[in-house]
Amino acid sequence: MSEEYVLELEHIRKVYPGVVALKDVTLQLRKGEVLGLIGENGAGKSTLIKCCSGAVIPTSGKIKVNGKEFDRMTPQLAAENGIAIIYQEFNNVGELSAAENLFLGRPIRNGFMIDRKAMEAEAAKAFEQLRIRINPRELVKNLSVGYQQMIEIAKAIQQNAKVLIMDEPSAPLTSNEVESMFKVVELLREQGVSIIYISHRLEEIFRLSDRIEVIRDGEYVTTLITPEATVDELIRLMVGREMTQKYPARKDCIDRSNVVLELKNVCGNGDRDMSLKVHAGEVLGLGGLVGAGRTELAEVIFGSKAKESGQIFLNGKEINPKSPREAIDLGIALVPEDRKRHGALLTNSIKNNINMPIYERISKASVINSSTEKATAEKYREQIQIKCPTINQLVKNLSGGNQQKVILGKWLAADSQLIIFDEPTRGIDVGAKYEIYRLINDLVESGRSVLMISSEMEELIGMSDRIIVLAEGVMTGELSKDEFNADTIMAYASAIVDNKEVTA
Amino acid sequence: MNVKSVFKSNAIWLVFAVEVIFFAIFSHGAFLTTNNIINISRQVSYFGIASIGMTFVILIAGIDLSIGSIITIVNVVCAFLMVNSGMNMWLAILISLALATLIGVLNGFMVASIGIPALIATFASQTIFEGVAYLISGGRPISNLPEGFALFGRWSVGIVPVCCIIMVVCFAIGSFILNKSYFGRYFYAIGGNEEAAELSGIRVNRVKYLIYALSGFFAGLAGIVLLSRSNSAQSTVGKGLEFDVITCVVLGGVSVNGGVGRMSGVVAGVLIIGCLTNGMILMNVSEYTQMVVKGIVLAIAVGIDCMSKKRQTT
Repeated sequence: MSEEYVLELEHIRKVYPGVVALKDVTLQLRKGEVLGLIGENGAGKSTLIKCCSGAVIPTSGKIKVNGKEFDRMTPQLAAENGIAIIYQEFNNVGELSAAENLFLGRPIRNGFMIDRKAMEAEAAKAFEQLRIRINPRELVKNLSVGYQQMIEIAKAIQQNAKVLIMDEPSAPLTSNEVESMFKVVELLREQGVSIIYISHRLEEIFRLSDRIEVIRDGEYVTTLITPEATVDELIRLMVGREMTQKYPARKDCIDRSNVVLELKNVCGNGDRDMSLKVHAGEVLGLGGLVGAGRTELAEVIFGSKAKESGQIFLNGKEINPKSPREAIDLGIALVPEDRKRHGALLTNSIKNNINMPIYERISKASVINSSTEKATAEKYREQIQIKCPTINQLVKNLSGGNQQKVILGKWLAADSQLIIFDEPTRGIDVGAKYEIYRLINDLVESGRSVLMISSEMEELIGMSDRIIVLAEGVMTGELSKDEFNADTIMAYASAIVDNKEVTA
Repeated sequence: MNVKSVFKSNAIWLVFAVEVIFFAIFSHGAFLTTNNIINISRQVSYFGIASIGMTFVILIAGIDLSIGSIITIVNVVCAFLMVNSGMNMWLAILISLALATLIGVLNGFMVASIGIPALIATFASQTIFEGVAYLISGGRPISNLPEGFALFGRWSVGIVPVCCIIMVVCFAIGSFILNKSYFGRYFYAIGGNEEAAELSGIRVNRVKYLIYALSGFFAGLAGIVLLSRSNSAQSTVGKGLEFDVITCVVLGGVSVNGGVGRMSGVVAGVLIIGCLTNGMILMNVSEYTQMVVKGIVLAIAVGIDCMSKKRQTT
């Protein structure tokens, strides 16, 4: 290991309209080291590495590669300067052979003809260098995920990558494959390649990295020498700061005698054995990492994905919604994570959005009662303070926070009793967040129930009455309010489930 | 609403006005006569009627290529029932319209329940029912339709042709569905974002069935009007009509990407294409040149739509 930096990011800042993704992040990568990069969901890790690849242009800051200074990267500049990224999704073409994939877009030619022999020989050499056994002529679709990832790595090395950035490389792999991947990473380090290794799994970070950089809320926190760090310390640094009064106070309005939603051993959509209860006036938080199966559970309750087994009870009566329509009529609502794709009808007006679930109710012989339509929209615009010139405004012209309010207005109009929020404040600025929290409080104070999925630890702890944590499609823990603790939640969320191999 | 947006939303009518003035000048006085205007209204009536169903289909970002074949098969079946089977005129019409609607339902089944892309599904039924029409008629024209059948295509109330009245009534119904019934709201929602529409409680598949059924029904009605006008059923009568209809709808500002469009725009689109065809005939433009012109108009109409979409997203 030398003191020479191959990649330096200095005070990188990235601002999207309304949201600051990266406030100020600095990163220094030495030659031949593995740098672990950790942070909560939404801390800005992905945005940061996209700045390195050229997929994102930083608002300000400098990128230095081998001392050469750049304001921004482009995919081509990144390649020329030896920066390669291994994403979770691979760029392989399944119908082509391993060798052809290795030389995708820049085949070895012999005149006009593609020189298959030469490519296969070169590929064999590249695989040999990484000590992996892949037949260069094998079609990629016949290879396991682990080998497909190896091809990606071999491709990067073949193209002379000096900096390899790996984004959650172990996520799609089985434990044997993870072990082989570790060997390759260690081998590359010996060969002088510098690696940024991003992972939620702290034990991997400890096993592989030389140093660990922690970022939080788009800001650089600290960099530690791996042997000097502890798990507890890392979790504390990732989750960070003491809770301040960012959450509006709420009356205790839980009616423990009134179970609104109950799941008994529900399986389906990738989740197994889900059992939980939500009471009237309660906010039940669902914690876990991205991909833990929380959104999937919401989809099953909302009827948009099929339940395989188990029972769902609403107000003590067993229900089995087969479509969102049926769920809505039962009084269940979903405020989805991806507001623009699943939530709001952007090209329709506020009025139409709010009335969408109840049009059949306010129509006679299919003719809409237009005064009821207008009155309903005006009522909820007033009640939840949607900021807009008129209710005829198209939803796409509203801010994120106001779009979220329109979606909520729609469910209030539909008279929903149980409202599922999936990442209620994603992409919403701080001021509007507070308003959304206040609205969630209003919901439970009026006797409704809320199931809130959140990957923001602070939000989860600040808003929930009770928290259930999921990992890899099963429930790994439940905490009552006095047990709330970021470290415990994090530990449950990153719990390795024994029978993972079975389901993978 | 500022001047610019008023201008923009009525640009289609401006195009229509320019077109009328152009033909009025260059047709040596043949274009703007009472007779010719009545003639145009007859000519546009059948594809005007068919364009209403197509408007709904394109609003949800679908397409219906089968309506030419539906028009043909309604011609053949209705004539066959009346002439060869001696069936009562009204019953024959009813059966023909039911058949047209059923073909639409079949399209809906292929698109919504099976998930075949609308372009392919309706292309398949276009081929199928064109063949069926030939099989029924044996390729021979069926003429000697009952006297009273002339009502729909050739009779007039005063100077206003009955077929024109039918078209106006259909446009009124179409406009009512789009603006006053909840189905219209659903169409716009599905066209804007199918997934979000489903998650807002719309049963998207059912609505798709309804839309393709309506498209079949309006095409069937257009077929009845056309049969009455031509007074003889030909197995080739509807061939290629879907392209005229699609051109009208797209020209009328209905976005091929779905979710955007108004009935009034489609009326303008129908009038523009009707006058274009009529004017070119009056100016002795050959049929093949007419095809070239109409093709260019379709490309420009879609091009403008796609460019405005592009500008919005970047």
